[in-house]
Amino acid sequence: MVYEPVIGVEVHAQLQTQTKLFCSCPTSFGLPPNTQACPVCLGLPGSLPVLNQRAVEMAVRTGLALHCELNLANQFSRKNYFYPDLPKGYQVSQYDLPICGPGWLEISVNGKSKRVRIMRAHLEEDAGKNVHDEGSEDSHVDLNRAGTPLLEIVTEPDLYSSDEVDAYLKTLRDLLVYLDVCDGNMEQGSFRCEPNVSIRPKGQESLGTKVELKNINSFRYAKDALDYEISRQAELLGEGGTVQQETRLWNVQNGQTAVMRSKEGAHDYRYFPDPDLLPVTIDSEWIEELRGTIPELPSVRRQRFTQDYQLSEYDSAILTDSKGLADYFESCVKLFSHPKTVSNWVTGELIRELHVSGTSPEDSPVGPERLAELLQLVDSGRVSLKAARDLFPELYSTDLTPEQLVKEKGLVQVSDEGQLTIIIEEVLAAHSAQAEQYRGGKEAVLGFLVGQVMKASKGKANPGKVNELLKQSLAT
Amino acid sequence: MALFKLTLKELQDKFTSGEITAGEIARAYLLRISQVEPKIKSYISLTSREDLLVNAQAIDDGLKAWRKTEPLMGMPLGIKDNICTKGMRTTCGSRMLEHFVPPYDATVMTKFKAQKPLILGKTNLDEFAMGSSTEHSAFGPSRNPWNQQHIPGGSSGGSAAAVAADECVAAVGSDTGGSIRQPAACCGVVGLKPTYGRVSRFGLVAFASSLDQIGPITKTVTDAAIMLNALVGHDPLDSTSAKRDFPDFTKSAKKKDIKKLVVGVPQEYFAEGLDPEVAEKIQDAIQVLEGIGGKIQEVTLPSTERAIATYYLIATAEASSNLARYDGVKYGFRAKESKELAEMYHSTRSQGFGPEVKRRIMLGTYALSAGYYEAYYAKAQAVRTMIQRDFDAVFQEVDFLVSPVMPTPAFRLGERLEDPLQMYLSDIYTIPASLAGLPAISIPCGFSSKGLPIGLQLTGRPFEENIVLRAAYAYEQATNWRSKRPVIRS
Repeated sequence: MVYEPVIGVEVHAQLQTQTKLFCSCPTSFGLPPNTQACPVCLGLPGSLPVLNQRAVEMAVRTGLALHCELNLANQFSRKNYFYPDLPKGYQVSQYDLPICGPGWLEISVNGKSKRVRIMRAHLEEDAGKNVHDEGSEDSHVDLNRAGTPLLEIVTEPDLYSSDEVDAYLKTLRDLLVYLDVCDGNMEQGSFRCEPNVSIRPKGQESLGTKVELKNINSFRYAKDALDYEISRQAELLGEGGTVQQETRLWNVQNGQTAVMRSKEGAHDYRYFPDPDLLPVTIDSEWIEELRGTIPELPSVRRQRFTQDYQLSEYDSAILTDSKGLADYFESCVKLFSHPKTVSNWVTGELIRELHVSGTSPEDSPVGPERLAELLQLVDSGRVSLKAARDLFPELYSTDLTPEQLVKEKGLVQVSDEGQLTIIIEEVLAAHSAQAEQYRGGKEAVLGFLVGQVMKASKGKANPGKVNELLKQSLAT
Repeated sequence: MALFKLTLKELQDKFTSGEITAGEIARAYLLRISQVEPKIKSYISLTSREDLLVNAQAIDDGLKAWRKTEPLMGMPLGIKDNICTKGMRTTCGSRMLEHFVPPYDATVMTKFKAQKPLILGKTNLDEFAMGSSTEHSAFGPSRNPWNQQHIPGGSSGGSAAAVAADECVAAVGSDTGGSIRQPAACCGVVGLKPTYGRVSRFGLVAFASSLDQIGPITKTVTDAAIMLNALVGHDPLDSTSAKRDFPDFTKSAKKKDIKKLVVGVPQEYFAEGLDPEVAEKIQDAIQVLEGIGGKIQEVTLPSTERAIATYYLIATAEASSNLARYDGVKYGFRAKESKELAEMYHSTRSQGFGPEVKRRIMLGTYALSAGYYEAYYAKAQAVRTMIQRDFDAVFQEVDFLVSPVMPTPAFRLGERLEDPLQMYLSDIYTIPASLAGLPAISIPCGFSSKGLPIGLQLTGRPFEENIVLRAAYAYEQATNWRSKRPVIRS
């Protein structure tokens, strides 16, 4: 029997607001436990939530980018359950009236594009963290994270392989990062994914029993966990067994999934509208205003780069991988209109240096203006390509302009015919034997002579010019 | 006349004119409380004598520099113990919060403190404001100053008893289904539940968020207006607080007639279950209202009979969620020696909550459960809307409604403790205004043959506290029920 997997994905994206969803505590990470927590975060008696408008704005912008129908009147509900990291005994989330209704996201898998339907996206608050002491029976609760805004984005069961899920996750992550609503960091948990998967005999319409997967904190694990789960289910059905509806945890160590809770163990969350918060109303004027703030999205930009700048698919993909890098590239091209050259430098030197120093393109010490200036110097022959490449890392740690640095380093290329002719004559005099060989038809010797001139000029001579002048001298 | 017998207005006048000092007020009330409190038990916590005298001294000293007084400056107030007071324990009448000291003030406390009153203490209540008699307080019931064998009403029974027994000049309570109006009626004082959203709920420990509202309990209608002035206003910390202008409410309590006002008499409030003595007093009051210029009109609120069921679904559903935070993890009571998490939750909540709170948490949990939500909670919300529409329709024709507050005078302690349904019925006339979010006042309108006070309820349109206060003031002036005071032998 050939089985086909059917996969839906829930993503929890942490929104990059300055403050939490319902209070003014900062959303900063990594601070001492319970220092970023006010009476609202702690669920103290009498505390009340006040909605962060920035979070709503980010949800609306994401909804627009995902072509979602926006619910102009949406509502927060309480999801009731007991857990130590949940200070109020309920999570404020959205249930029957989410902020974003149906939409879609286009992904590309093996060169084929496909639309993944989005079912909904809703706002909710994050819980805190339980911390378990190694070797002790004590557990601690850190509520710094409690109340951090999340956008939960849910797809329809539209994905049919782990590759499609991989493409969906990466495309969605890029989109959120482009929108500046989420930093997309899976390892740190600001972009969490929970796929659900069922399998069915190929050709069958109805869906099989689905299993939810948790504890996936990298793209790699998403793929591995799904592949494992798909074959586990196929094996089970092949043996005449049945798949149980359950939630399973991915175990990185053994590369397997294991039951976390069964359907019977599922909570009754007793959702009801949160009486402490008014229904959220979004007016259409504001939506249009926000629509204007949505940048060109990665897939569109990638296409434009290949067409408008005649770049390869590969280079376009690298350049549009982050909005900052793509913006850098375009600013530079405006000042130095050789896109291919700029692309080579950005995808080569720049990315390498950014990587080494751990800087983002926006914060690069060598901005697009300075890079363009350096490329001008190469283009005009003021400095050799090799010298420019060597100089790039130094530009990083100085405030000098490329021109100043080239001068300071004495790397100004000698293109002056008078100066070069003197050096050439000296070289020819010192290597008359080789000069004769060349004149005798052994043209390969030219390379040696050029090398000697470069050496005599301490590398400053313009190699093109040297070539040209040497040929003239040898012809006489 | 002894200082403690004065109304808030009278005390204010004497303080403002310099006739008396905050120190004198503090000492007079300390003495009064020491004499009366052992019998009435209005308070759960009292400000220490030392602290109170220091506060009073600071006011008297500062007065020279400030050169002006605030309306509540130096005024001795009681605060219901479900309103958070920074640095002063706030128990909600529960073992769960017996030692809980809030690190912040409720917005109403911040507003009060800006006026430098004398906070005498935190008044008794049914646990988490769930009850109609204060018998559900973990710290024992308060007594009715008119007859100590009777309940003072609830849940703000401590506040009402304290005002009636002159243990404070005015108090604040909270009203979810009648918890200000019903005890005010039981104790023969004035209790005002403002429009939902009029007063910030920030720092009021939630029972049922869509119904809870803070309001004053006072000796007179004028005093209620003074207190209301200090309480109202939009609060950015409470999303449900209304962005509405508010008038100077003391100006509403000036006229001695209600000419041109149409008084609605809802026939459903005079049906079966109403004590004949109470019915008679309310009829008398209606005649008085007519006598001072009101046009009396009979009206109908057909959904009234569904109000109690609706209320006990919505309020308990919200409560079941609001009280989930008392889990022993972060603050408050935690049961000892639990081996694992589920056991800790179970023991903490079993031991920390009293029977009435547990009953309501169970009711509410059930109403919200999968498979029952539509039949109970969703249906209750739909009926709530019907009840609101009933009022909307009636208020097209009349300016305010007149009704009893409670079907009977205050019942005896213990009489209904074993019969929750009977207890719930004592809120039958106060619950509809709560569900509709309307302003309503309870004022004295006479006494039963046993000498227990009977209350009259006036209910107005949303945000028309001014009309309610105007009518209540005119009625109060036309009658003289306040001249009779309870006698508490010390």
